[in-house]
Amino acid sequence: MTPTWKFWLIGGLVVAVLAAAIYFPILRRRVKRAARLQQQSEEQARRELAQPIAINPGDPRVKTKLFWASDTIDSTLVPVTVELPLSSDPVLRSKQVLNTLLAGPVDAELRTLPPDALLLAFYLLPDGTAIADFSEALATSVPSGIVSEQLAVNSIARTLEANVPQVQRLKILIHGQEVETLAGHLDLTGAFVVNTKAAQAPVKPASTP
Amino acid sequence: MGNEFGMLLQVRNILRIKSLVLIGLLSVALLAAVLASPSVIPSQAQQPATGTPTTASPTAPSAQAGVASPFGAQTQQAGLSIVVLDPAHGGTDPGARGTGGIRESEIVLDFAIQVRRALELQGFQVVQTRQGNENPSFDDRSATANAQRGAVFVTLHISSTGLPGTARVYVNSDLPPVADSNGLIPWDRAQAPFLGLSKTFGDLVQGFLSQRFKGSPEAAQTASVRQLRTTAAPAIAVEISSVTVENRADLDRMAPGVADAIARGVAAFKPSYVVANTPGALR
Repeated sequence: MTPTWKFWLIGGLVVAVLAAAIYFPILRRRVKRAARLQQQSEEQARRELAQPIAINPGDPRVKTKLFWASDTIDSTLVPVTVELPLSSDPVLRSKQVLNTLLAGPVDAELRTLPPDALLLAFYLLPDGTAIADFSEALATSVPSGIVSEQLAVNSIARTLEANVPQVQRLKILIHGQEVETLAGHLDLTGAFVVNTKAAQAPVKPASTP
Repeated sequence: MGNEFGMLLQVRNILRIKSLVLIGLLSVALLAAVLASPSVIPSQAQQPATGTPTTASPTAPSAQAGVASPFGAQTQQAGLSIVVLDPAHGGTDPGARGTGGIRESEIVLDFAIQVRRALELQGFQVVQTRQGNENPSFDDRSATANAQRGAVFVTLHISSTGLPGTARVYVNSDLPPVADSNGLIPWDRAQAPFLGLSKTFGDLVQGFLSQRFKGSPEAAQTASVRQLRTTAAPAIAVEISSVTVENRADLDRMAPGVADAIARGVAAFKPSYVVANTPGALR
């Protein structure tokens, strides 16, 4: 190989390396943007699918207890009773009460759940275990800390306990996934006991309709 | 030929005798070394920060009523001597963040220094799960505690909410009972056999905290705290309110009181805790 060829070869390689160094961050940004757009569209699709269950005015109006933060006692929950037309179907009823809970009280200071959190899905297994799937905002926007995370979960659990007797245990998912903690403290790997008496009773085999 | 063979046998015998003498001498030397060494070798590898081990006899009084052990009756009494301190979060996880730039991960590390000092003054050995701005996993932190004998575990937190200037102690919520007949404790429910002891320990610490910080609860509360679930020792979480204070100095002023309350709580708990001679293994 002549010195001229060597010069052109090394020069070419240097140019290629420089071009790659310039292009790599641009490529990375594009990939990240594409991933973000895909995630947003997934979230959007789930939001559209998980539109709050419309309250049917034909349903009987029942006194509904919703648990929000107390304005007098620090870090405790208090029930607020409102009259809502609720379905007799436990899954629909659960969705209705949880969506009302997520909508929040009149005084925003008493919220227990972030305003941008959504209930994406809700299932009730035959053994009384409810699976509530929330959007990521529940984990990312809830204030980090044992007390605040516990208030958030307890407000969901106690609201279900007060209004949907079929729910005995509650499993919380975030964006369809099991997560280790809500925001770094509260353990979400297990199921929370919602109805203590019912949950301690032996599990009956699922009955067929 | 026969003579040469006999000589060879003799040489072999001499070599064997020499080997036996050498082995004997080595054995005696080894025995002497073992007898001369201290009877207990602390597992320093698991103890990045060690304080002064307690010199007081850790054995609980034999006539003491209500002494609890999670491992049943077949125990040789040994006492609480080690406190595992866990400054929560760290590394890429700052924990709770206040508007004034206060980061939970930094403050709990400062609190841990003061708590450690107060505990060492009481004669306890202290092991920290992190020394600097690292973020060990929940299991790594539990592993640090589970490697110790006769230890209690205290994880330190600062909350995002709650009445500023108060402190709360949490113990883990009820866990499904450990129903393993072979004596192994499942890792993911390692706290289950210790829940009663944790409650006693938590109530003691909370009692001292409520004397110091008005507005704090008088008894420990229960919560499903992830860090506590995999810890095979009496374990509590102490959460101080909160990162919302306008000035970090407000939190710093709480540190000596928190340290003193924890140290007093550990000392008060010590007589209630008997460590089994043969602890259940974790699986």
